[in-house]
Amino acid sequence: MAALTLGIALQRNLYAVVVLSGAYSFLMATALVALDAVDVAMTEASVGAGISTVLLLGALYLCGGEEAKPLTRPWLPLAIALVIAGALVYGTLGLPAFSDPTAPIHIHVVPRYLHDALRETGVPNVVTAVLASYRGYDTLGETTVVFTAGAGVIALLRRLRRRKDGGHKA
Amino acid sequence: MRGFLVLRVVAKLLMPFMLVFALYVQFHGDYSPGGGFQAGVIIAATMIFYALIFGLPAARQLVPEALVETMVALGVLIYAGVGVAGLLLGGNYLDYFVLAHSPVHGQERGIFWVEVGVAVTVSGVMLKIFYMFAGRQRSAEDE
Repeated sequence: MAALTLGIALQRNLYAVVVLSGAYSFLMATALVALDAVDVAMTEASVGAGISTVLLLGALYLCGGEEAKPLTRPWLPLAIALVIAGALVYGTLGLPAFSDPTAPIHIHVVPRYLHDALRETGVPNVVTAVLASYRGYDTLGETTVVFTAGAGVIALLRRLRRRKDGGHKA
Repeated sequence: MRGFLVLRVVAKLLMPFMLVFALYVQFHGDYSPGGGFQAGVIIAATMIFYALIFGLPAARQLVPEALVETMVALGVLIYAGVGVAGLLLGGNYLDYFVLAHSPVHGQERGIFWVEVGVAVTVSGVMLKIFYMFAGRQRSAEDE
């Protein structure tokens, strides 16, 4: 994955970048399967590697496949990115170790979900139970976000098309 | 895309299986990985596949734009409607326990309809975005 990230950063041909990021998504999905997060892996594989690759290729068809040369050397953004990455890595050092059974997340609500989800909701897949029932408000918010994204795309692109038509008539 | 006989035949063979898999992911999401979001994406991917092979006009004929735009809003309305149904039946907003005679059945019913709402909105939005991009592509070719 690190090699793929370097390749994406160094590559100037945007078609290659799109294909590489699709491969990155598949690797990410594999990692998520290894972490037993199959629901998320499925989403990553279908959205990240599937739909977004198609949409990005469609966008590239419209705007050309060669990345523009940067006007200045981007040292300041690089420095900011490195500082923030360092801070994040420093922050992860304070997290409990991976799959530590005494981590706060495992002793607070997780046992309740794992023990009571089947009895309370009748749904054996705990991920679905948490997503749709215990965290129903969050999922409603997510659906609204997806709806807003669709409405935004409709608003932006349809206005462009209409203006183009008006230009033809004039 | 008139000449690509193999692609067209394989696409016609594959599409039913993709749709059935989407439905499986949707309705079996209670027992296995999956749910509304993933199923919606698979449905949208099936339609995008169809549009890539048979062309955008054919896809627009099969799933018209008006239907897609309705789906975008309908999914959120289904989801929010489940919440309102809970309110009307005497519970809190998004409270599934009151939707059926026993609380567990109410939960199952609530989760089912909520997932349906998510799937409808997600597939509608994905398809709409694709239509928008591909439609501009076509108008660029016309010029």
